[in-house]
Amino acid sequence: MAENQNTVCFRTMHLDARVRHTLESYRSVGGYRQWERILREKPDPDQLINEVKTSALRGRGGAGFPTGLKWSFMPRSKPDQKYIVCNSDEGEPGTCKDRDIMRYNPHQLIEGMAIAGYCIGATIGYNYIRGEFYEPIARFDEALEEAYAAGLLGKELLGSSIDFDLYTHLGAGAYICGEETALLESLEGKKGQPRFKPPFPAQAGLYGKPTTINNTESLASVPVILEKGGQWFLEQGRPNNGGPKLFSVTGHVARPDNFEIPLGTPFRDLLEMAGGVSGGRALKAVIPGGSSVPVVPGDVMLTTDMDYDSITKAGSMLGSGAVIVIAEGTCMVKVLANLAHFYAHESCGQCTPCREGTGWLARVLDRMLAGQGRTQDLDLLDNVAGRIGGRTICALGDAAAMPVQSFLKHYRFEFEYLVEHGRPLVEAA
Amino acid sequence: MSFRNTPLAVIQDVDKETLLTPELRAEIDKHVAKYPPEWKQSAVMPALTLVQDHNGGWLSRELMDQVAAYLDMPETAVYEVATFYAMYDLEPVGRHKVCVCNSISCMLGGAEELMHHIEKKHNVAPGGTTADGKLTFKEFECLGACRHAPVVMVDKAYHECVTPDAIDKIIDDLD
Ligand SMILES: Cc1cc2nc3c(=O)[nH]c(=O)nc-3n(C[C@H](O)[C@H](O)[C@H](O)COP(=O)(O)O)c2cc1C
Ligand code: SF4
Ligand code: FES
Repeated sequence: MAENQNTVCFRTMHLDARVRHTLESYRSVGGYRQWERILREKPDPDQLINEVKTSALRGRGGAGFPTGLKWSFMPRSKPDQKYIVCNSDEGEPGTCKDRDIMRYNPHQLIEGMAIAGYCIGATIGYNYIRGEFYEPIARFDEALEEAYAAGLLGKELLGSSIDFDLYTHLGAGAYICGEETALLESLEGKKGQPRFKPPFPAQAGLYGKPTTINNTESLASVPVILEKGGQWFLEQGRPNNGGPKLFSVTGHVARPDNFEIPLGTPFRDLLEMAGGVSGGRALKAVIPGGSSVPVVPGDVMLTTDMDYDSITKAGSMLGSGAVIVIAEGTCMVKVLANLAHFYAHESCGQCTPCREGTGWLARVLDRMLAGQGRTQDLDLLDNVAGRIGGRTICALGDAAAMPVQSFLKHYRFEFEYLVEHGRPLVEAA
Repeated sequence: MSFRNTPLAVIQDVDKETLLTPELRAEIDKHVAKYPPEWKQSAVMPALTLVQDHNGGWLSRELMDQVAAYLDMPETAVYEVATFYAMYDLEPVGRHKVCVCNSISCMLGGAEELMHHIEKKHNVAPGGTTADGKLTFKEFECLGACRHAPVVMVDKAYHECVTPDAIDKIIDDLD
């Protein structure tokens, strides 16, 4: 397994930890060769986009939308200013991979953004980084300085007619800004409230101009796709599920960490890499794609592979690749209450079903945990969740609703026990 | 189109040289330079962050008004931003901010015990400041470092896999 690890976004990981993030280190693994080739040869952008399409790279931010296809929506020939925006707002509970890309391999993100800019006709890029990421922000800014000094960013690069300027934009603490149109609002200096779509960002995005937004990991994958070929990347994973992907394995495991492994790796193997369930306990449940996706019972996960299509078959979603492991002995009502509070806190408040519904969910769950649950509360939870899902401007509403329905489906007896006895079936969190 | 895509620019009749401090203005200008000239308001978040840092960790109304004037924004537009994002404080805070993540991975890693420990030991509820003005204690949502759960952000530094003993030491070491 080890030889298959860290082949794309983490390809500098084996280098000296003190310097692996520098330009020199990045160059030593082949960095910036693709960008320099583009600047020299000016290939047809469609040819590059086709390579990305061949790779079957799917958006790593959560939705899994094919990256090459997204790029092809951009009206490249329009004279308008166009923008490439990187989503480094990483806030989905359980997800901690983009932070490490910026800490350990920031130049690859820069190269990926520059290439993406060329493909979609954007000469300006912004990397929106959440404000709490002081260390990654400093790393990324340092890397930007190095890249400018080396003539890899700026105007008329390497004597070509190609310009590309890249800037860091700082967030200030709001999960909702990870939603791509909220992120654009935030970049425009407003509160981060998602926009109604259409128009989609490819038509009217940042400052009303055509814009592509991609996740940090998606963009950082691009230089390696061009270097080794779309076919190579595809073959690292499975058909329709190209490449390796970063998985943040957290929760009740002995060695929580990020693992860059081929899509399609059995969950069982990933769990083993993370040292297995901590404290020698049995596996109870897994939330396989960040806090917003349905929970999957442990026994189902143990026969499931880690790729978009397999996880969908198991009744959930790969999402951001955050694998939250829950051991036997954990109260699932408490876990759900924690998730519900998160969404209630992070709802931007624009849509009534989300603003009111997320609060309801959290309060009903609190009431149950306080031993004051009523028999009707189970149906109430299901009902409230059902009235949020699909009725809101952005997917945060669905993200709040989906866990509720899946927890009730798989662990209904725990909720019933709590209501009946006034205390949880299992005491530990 | 359902969203407003033009800057709100209002030119306030003040001499910009009188606003904030020369150092802050220079820092803010670096951010303003990243955006199209008519979109100075894009720099409002980093500007508020800089001003807050310079003011001992919180934003007064007067400072927000100065940021508005400096960026040619309506004052209410700045308040909207300042009240929306979790990293801005609109009331005086302690000398240090201790922000404990209590989202799912950190909760599974023991964040609740950690929070109770801080609450008891320093006699401060989440959102509050200790009587000696040393700490403002906050419960935070996912800090994006979940593999090191539980994670605590103390001012600008992340602390990883924090135990009650470790947080005692971290807090002791603060002035
Ligand atoms: C509530 C919410 C939060 C999101 N948070 C993030 C995030 O932190 N990072 C991210 O890359 N995408 C996030 N997304 C997904 C983005 O909207 C968008 O799909 C993604 O950035 C596109 O990039 P990709 O195609 O490369 O994945 C979020 C979506 C929603 C609805
Ligand atoms: S679904 Fe929730 S977070 Fe999304 S726009 Fe509506 S209120 Fe805001
Ligand atoms: S859940 Fe605490 S850092 Fe992500």
